[in-house]
Amino acid sequence: MSELRLMKGNEALAEAAIRAGVDAYYGYPITPQSEVMEYLMKANPIASTGMVVLQAESEVASINMVYGAAGAGKMAMTSSSSPGVSLMQEGISYIAGAELPCVVVNVVRGGPGLGTIQPSQADYFQTVKGGGHGDYKLITLAPASVQEMADFMKLAFDLAFKYRNPAMILSDGAIGQMMEKVELFDPIPRRTDEEVAQQCPWATTGRKRGTQKRVITSLRLVASVQEEFNIKLQKKYQEIQEKEVRAELINCEDAEYVIVAYGSSARTSMKTVEMARKDGLKVGLLRPQTLWPFPSKQIENLIEKGAKGFLSVEMSAGQMIEDIRLAVNGKAEAAHYGRMGGVIASPADIYQALKMYVKQWNSKI
Amino acid sequence: MELKDIIKEENCVFKKTQLLNDKPLSYCPGCGHGVVHRILMEVLEELGIDEQTIGIAPVGCAVMAYEFMEIDMQEAAHGRAPALATGIKRVYPNKYVFTYQGDGDLAAIGTAETMHCCNRGENILIIFINNGIYGMTGGQMAPTTLEGAKTSTCPYGRDTSTMGFPLRITELIAQLPAVRYVTRQSVHTPAAVRKAKAAIKKAFEYQAEGKQGTCFIEFCTNCNSGWKLSPVQANKWMEENTFKYYVPGDIKDNFKLLKNPVIE
Amino acid sequence: MAKVKGAVVVDENKCKGCGLCVEACNFDVLQLSQKVNLKGYNPAFMFNPDNCTGCTNCATVCPDAVITVYRVKVNN
Repeated sequence: MSELRLMKGNEALAEAAIRAGVDAYYGYPITPQSEVMEYLMKANPIASTGMVVLQAESEVASINMVYGAAGAGKMAMTSSSSPGVSLMQEGISYIAGAELPCVVVNVVRGGPGLGTIQPSQADYFQTVKGGGHGDYKLITLAPASVQEMADFMKLAFDLAFKYRNPAMILSDGAIGQMMEKVELFDPIPRRTDEEVAQQCPWATTGRKRGTQKRVITSLRLVASVQEEFNIKLQKKYQEIQEKEVRAELINCEDAEYVIVAYGSSARTSMKTVEMARKDGLKVGLLRPQTLWPFPSKQIENLIEKGAKGFLSVEMSAGQMIEDIRLAVNGKAEAAHYGRMGGVIASPADIYQALKMYVKQWNSKI
Repeated sequence: MELKDIIKEENCVFKKTQLLNDKPLSYCPGCGHGVVHRILMEVLEELGIDEQTIGIAPVGCAVMAYEFMEIDMQEAAHGRAPALATGIKRVYPNKYVFTYQGDGDLAAIGTAETMHCCNRGENILIIFINNGIYGMTGGQMAPTTLEGAKTSTCPYGRDTSTMGFPLRITELIAQLPAVRYVTRQSVHTPAAVRKAKAAIKKAFEYQAEGKQGTCFIEFCTNCNSGWKLSPVQANKWMEENTFKYYVPGDIKDNFKLLKNPVIE
Repeated sequence: MAKVKGAVVVDENKCKGCGLCVEACNFDVLQLSQKVNLKGYNPAFMFNPDNCTGCTNCATVCPDAVITVYRVKVNN
């Protein structure tokens, strides 16, 4: 039964995991996302759906437990926050290199280093530009509400299994902690071992004598073989770029200036758009729901329709702004407004910055 | 009687197990890895459990183990095999899972994963190949390198005052209550190989019971390349040196610690 | 009591000439050959085939599983 509930972001994510038929959660506590595992432990899904929930000894162990289960075809996930996700980079690279599906959730906090437990968006580079070694990409979803924390759980696994690639849900401390109403989707039963073996013929489930064994590895020592594999990966990423971009456009039909923001920054920027429109400024909001693949085409389209300037609003020193500049490709103005250290800008702060840039851009003409 | 009368299919009393394929092993001449690979595969074949088994290969000389073993296998990052094993065993409690790890993998970078997997008593087998050196990367010091032994990163001999003492991780693991069976074996003589094979068989029989409880088998093997000795000399060196510190024999069985010269 | 006669076959091109089988044999059957195989090793061979009892000690210690052992009962 689909259900309407008032929940914390982290809790909605956990409940959605159970409903999505996830087989295993392996995690380690870290603020501001410990509620994910706490909720799961309390819900005790091993008794209802058979979902395994295990507290590992570290984030390193967590991601490697996910790797093992994923290699055997199971829906496995973990969640953490920035410093813990740093520890997972090796594992993520291995998972991408072995072409395995899994979901990692990063409820981002301020950094660098131990930082703060307040929200931030300074893990953008780590997530979409690498973080782990090698040429790989993480399918990255950016929820901006408790509803999306739930819905993206299912979407992340669907995409991960469709493309045999790790997927990341890039949230932040505010969305993880806030409470909103959420409509939870109907539970989907966990796949049986037979269904797993059918859906994932590459999974290590035990080799039947007389058949080809399955080996899950990212080791390809011969350079030409390694290159061939990387070309295959790049083709896969090309396909994802073409087919899986998701973004929300608000008030963009006639927008001259577009704020580009995701997650918590998108929520506050929404208010800024309202304030600007009241003053007669033609402002819209482009909210990427996938950060990778990035909505470059949407930006190109907006420029064609008359958008003159893009303002990225991020809780960081400016990371997504680089991808915006690449997409804009000199055909429009682009600037960044951001607060760091866990400070969340108010809609008025953002509006102030927007007006300043609009003035600047117009004085250039 | 002539040779051609003896060498007939019906007279065959020993041949390579089907679970080791025909690829020439990549290990150095005389390396213990080859023997352990073989007896491990023999046990799986004899118990008839190979179709339900998933193995996890390490980073180290045995990184290629999956090239030679005809079972489903996963390649772990360095030291992480027990975490992968946990991840798999928890979602497939009825399959047989083992890790195969060297001394760096298990007792240096992977210490936390080893300890906690054993502390949880995951119902798996951990195979620990201890040759007191890092072979794959060219012969550097391992946590288990003996005091005074020379390697490329302790060219004047392991100095315990700056490098610590050789780590008897097996004895540490044995202290954990959820660990069921701990034994130290070798494969340098026919008798030792037969004992070692029996230990592996016991471990899988325990795993078949489906109870919580980790089995941990350390194999002291030679690394004649790293030690710069011939295989025969290396085995002799091992008898005269390694076994004095890493004492072969059962350390724990069915959750009970046995009399052990080190622990006592 | 029936005696046994044994014989071993070494896969010459896979043998790495490590010498462990020579050491393990209690009956001085095996030695390393003077000839060199495709990999450049001196493979093991039955130097004293008459002594072989097919006890499988050599195959048991062989790290490369290159030895196949045969044994037959001989009635006097």
